[in-house]
Amino acid sequence: MEIRADLHIHTCLSPCADREMSPPAVVRRGREKGLHVIAVCDHNSAENVEAAIRASEDAGLAVIGGIEITTREEVHVLGLFKDDRALRSVQEVVYENLRGENDPETFGEQWVMNERGEVVRHSGRLLIGATGLSLEEVVQTLHRLGGLAIAAHVDRPRFSLISQLGFVPAGLGLDGVEACSDKPPAVPKDLAVVRSSDAHRLEEIGSRYTRFLVERPTASEIGMALRRIEGRRILT
Amino acid sequence: MKLNDIVQKLGLEVRAGAGALAAEVRGGYAGDLLSDVIAHGRPGDLWVTLQTHPNTVAVASMNALAGIVLVNGREPEAETLQKAQAENVVLLVSTLPTFELVGRLYGLGLSGMRT
Repeated sequence: MEIRADLHIHTCLSPCADREMSPPAVVRRGREKGLHVIAVCDHNSAENVEAAIRASEDAGLAVIGGIEITTREEVHVLGLFKDDRALRSVQEVVYENLRGENDPETFGEQWVMNERGEVVRHSGRLLIGATGLSLEEVVQTLHRLGGLAIAAHVDRPRFSLISQLGFVPAGLGLDGVEACSDKPPAVPKDLAVVRSSDAHRLEEIGSRYTRFLVERPTASEIGMALRRIEGRRILT
Repeated sequence: MKLNDIVQKLGLEVRAGAGALAAEVRGGYAGDLLSDVIAHGRPGDLWVTLQTHPNTVAVASMNALAGIVLVNGREPEAETLQKAQAENVVLLVSTLPTFELVGRLYGLGLSGMRT
């Protein structure tokens, strides 16, 4: 099956995202935009993933649980998971290595919501901050727990692997990189390139997406497509 | 100015590249975004940074920098140290913060400008 996937969408848990980015609103907009798969990736947290997955039941759209981790070099890395428990383990590792408290007036509110879009609580952690984990440690942790590791917006001048570290280190083992423009990013040719919206506002959802040829709309199938295994692939 | 003189005058600790300390330092550059250092670091510059990632060694080699100084007492990652030793890239450590270290380097006569 051919699917359209936007693999980098924030919710209102990210301090820099709009409050209207509630889990059900994000799912609804994704469906309206004709997407088959979205991945919810908030900064250093996955606490709105469960609500988004619940909101997607019977919505005709699959939600992949994810997280956008800030490494100590201030590189953003997306982790995508098929398994909720593994995602929770990643979140624990991230929280153990994330210092500071959020200042909502400076950085924005961080809402944890349920599947109906009701506020359950605020997160008090400094989610916008950098973890103490190196890029290599983040990629290794994601892989150890069965997730995919994708370097986020590598063609941006801020918080990208290329801006912070100049080039993709040999042997890093990324599953792919995300680009935000149509130009090919400055990465080794064998690395898969996905395009996503990095939406922080509802109208940005689906503004960029990747078409995949897969058997099912899951994180593992997308992982196979990134590595061109058994006929799964990115469609261009 | 020789790298060796700077090491002694500022009490820098040598972690790698001890064999390359006779090199001439022609200027200085400070920055933590490697993409920026790739774009602006000039041959012979001493590079002041807080980044401890292995990619720093490749950047120093690529741009023919005189050496790398880590600030605030930061230590290189194990792989960074290994690479620097293997490639004979000078890797130094200072307990000073960037502002202070750069000020002292300037005081010794190094400049960030090239005429």
